[in-house]
Amino acid sequence: MCLAVPGRVLSIAETDGTLMAEVDFGGVHKNVCLQYIPDAAVGEYVVVHVGFAIQRLDEKSALQTLADFERLGILDEEFGDGFTRAAEQAGADQ
Amino acid sequence: MTDLDFENWTCPLPLRDTPSIVMGHGGGGAMSAELVEHLFLPGFGAAAAAAGLGDSAVVTAGGARLAFSTDSYVVKPMFFPGGSIGDLAVNGTVNDLAMSGAMPLYLSTAFILQEGTALSELARIAEAMGAAATAAGVRLVTGDTKVVDRGSGDGVFINTAGIGVVADGVDIAAHRAAPGDAVLISGDIGVHGVAVMSCREGLEFGTAVRSDTAPLHGLVAAMIATGADLHALRDPTRGGVSASLNEIARAARVGVDLVERDLPVPPGVRDACSLLGLDPMQVANEGKLLAFVPAEQAADVLAAMRAHPMGACACRIGTVVPEHPGMVVARTALGGTRVLNLPIGEQLPRIC
Amino acid sequence: MKYLDEFSNPDLARRLLDEIHATATRPWAMMEVCGGQTHSIIRHGIDQLLPEGIEMIHGPGCPVCVTPLEIIDRALAIAAEPGVIFCSFGDMLRVPGSGRDLFGVKSAGADVRVVYSPLDALTIARENPDRQVVFFGIGFETTAPANAMTVYQAKRLGVSNFSLLVSHVLVPPAIAAIMESPRCRVQAFLAAGHVCSVMGTAEYPPLAQKYGVPIVVTGFEPLDILEGIRQTVIQLESGRHELQNAYPRAVRAEGNLPAMAMLRDVFEVTDRTWRGIGMIPDSGWRLSPRYADFDAERRFDVGGISACESPLCRSGEVLQGLLKPNECAAFGKQCTPRNPLGATMVSSEGACAAYYAYRRLDLVQL
Repeated sequence: MCLAVPGRVLSIAETDGTLMAEVDFGGVHKNVCLQYIPDAAVGEYVVVHVGFAIQRLDEKSALQTLADFERLGILDEEFGDGFTRAAEQAGADQ
Repeated sequence: MTDLDFENWTCPLPLRDTPSIVMGHGGGGAMSAELVEHLFLPGFGAAAAAAGLGDSAVVTAGGARLAFSTDSYVVKPMFFPGGSIGDLAVNGTVNDLAMSGAMPLYLSTAFILQEGTALSELARIAEAMGAAATAAGVRLVTGDTKVVDRGSGDGVFINTAGIGVVADGVDIAAHRAAPGDAVLISGDIGVHGVAVMSCREGLEFGTAVRSDTAPLHGLVAAMIATGADLHALRDPTRGGVSASLNEIARAARVGVDLVERDLPVPPGVRDACSLLGLDPMQVANEGKLLAFVPAEQAADVLAAMRAHPMGACACRIGTVVPEHPGMVVARTALGGTRVLNLPIGEQLPRIC
Repeated sequence: MKYLDEFSNPDLARRLLDEIHATATRPWAMMEVCGGQTHSIIRHGIDQLLPEGIEMIHGPGCPVCVTPLEIIDRALAIAAEPGVIFCSFGDMLRVPGSGRDLFGVKSAGADVRVVYSPLDALTIARENPDRQVVFFGIGFETTAPANAMTVYQAKRLGVSNFSLLVSHVLVPPAIAAIMESPRCRVQAFLAAGHVCSVMGTAEYPPLAQKYGVPIVVTGFEPLDILEGIRQTVIQLESGRHELQNAYPRAVRAEGNLPAMAMLRDVFEVTDRTWRGIGMIPDSGWRLSPRYADFDAERRFDVGGISACESPLCRSGEVLQGLLKPNECAAFGKQCTPRNPLGATMVSSEGACAAYYAYRRLDLVQL
């Protein structure tokens, strides 16, 4: 439903009383309304949908998620088959 | 939910029969093809060429094999990063000729101008055309100018037609693509379309991507010089690589298998497409070609392409197969498959 | 793009897939609510790589598909009015109304423009003070803050020639409606990540409890979707039904508070008809009375236009997950993206269009 992509805030300026930011999407630059993430700082990543930052992208969480995925593989190699592990995880997850 | 009555089923929505032209008819996709097949060819009757109305035709006149092509240019905006409508009007027709294996020689230039068009803009376009023609080594030899009311045109429309000579023994045509052929691309895809979109009203975005508009006949000559039997060439303009591969697959009744991770999509194109929800495979190119060559000659042709400035980043992206004739199938990076369709009409940014 | 490309990594995708294969011991049917997720699943061939028994049911989360026919017809009527500049997201231009689509209206002389953001439409309004400029404000909770801000700005800046044709839809009532359907087969939901970026997750635990289904907030890149499926399968296998957030980098439990405050100011909850599904109580937003002056339906007096859906298209069943697109008799025959019978075939996010675009090969080979 909602194509939203992460971009890095390059600069912030007020236009007509509205907080706007120049956001970099890997080299593609777009002017984005920052009214909903008013405390975003230059250099931070925001999730942008139809020209609006709708949420801050939590970089720490992103890296953690990727690290967790990496760990799945290592566990795989160290602790054998996924069945056992899945059963353990299912029991221990919450 | 209402009960469904399939006994009396009729198609309630024959959009195919729109009573008037819509933008999609000019998009280079399925709608354009239908317009030719269902309106122009029947209208032209016996006068139409047996092979249909392709981007260019090879005809014999006075003992010489001539390639002949015409194309109209209506791009909005007229000036974009890396070029203008003037560059396209020369290079586009030069490339249509080159895809027949021809050495382009002469171009006509016809202008349809909207009342009120600034002369300074027209002068910039004319200079761009002159420079592009000089660079391509073609002469602009005949022309015409008409003016339409304000509002009936939209700035500047240009038509160019061109002729070139085809050497004996060169036989390059879509229907010759054959199972086993390697599918090659001369470089990064989607660049021109992204450059134009970046300055289109309502979509503007900043990007370092610049149009790849360039003449390709030098590259084609270098490929022919290898002695390889080039089966088919196509410059993937409107509708992008997806449209061109589908057209060739249909014309030759073969399947095309692609490996998605081998497609040269530059980061600037990939990111702009992510932002707008577009498929880089459907985005236009103006300085790239797709080549179908026998597998055993592919290495030689690739080496010749890479030695030419227009093909420095050439690579192999797929293979022609006897299975699934008329269809283009890509293996995704994850190992699944997807079918690449002939784009329907205009490319629309997918936002939701 | 950073934080996008990393989440498409094929090696990590393989690990997640291995994990899912190792975890699933039984068949499970789960619904991805959001059309963007459907698009991604089919685009990357994820459904072909899942264990045999894991079935992805494609939900009604494509705003283009579910926008009611009568709203499309009202949009067409407004766009055809002399002097109007009608602005829309690109997705909506090819959606058929009762007769034609916005492309058809444009070809008949209307001024229809594609914009990236509703704010672009407001800019067009300020640049053309002698023209009426209307924006077609469709979408789920993700898009609503953008439309809300645009109307708010129009009022604040006194841009009186701007108005909004609103048809917003809401995810939680749709999940409830799907679960209430007597033919429902859905055992779990992948919730729409970007909806939750705005609204947070508070609305979902009661649904998970009431209907006994796991709900996992899921992102849109291949790894995000696989992780959403993985967490869902783990819950299903262990008999749990809870809310989990598999997209924490973009979703916080509390949502986006300034956006939610703006939504409360600009919109009010209303019953909404979903194309192909029918009326779902309290499942939409309309402009609140404070912004009635900016309501395009009032300004152009099109509120009386009603439409009757063709009973022939089965997109409603597809949207509810009761029918796979290729199980419809018209799929790929009378109904193709080129000649769509229903909106699910029109929008590139629509389940039927996604099937047609990416799955044609399998269907031919079957």
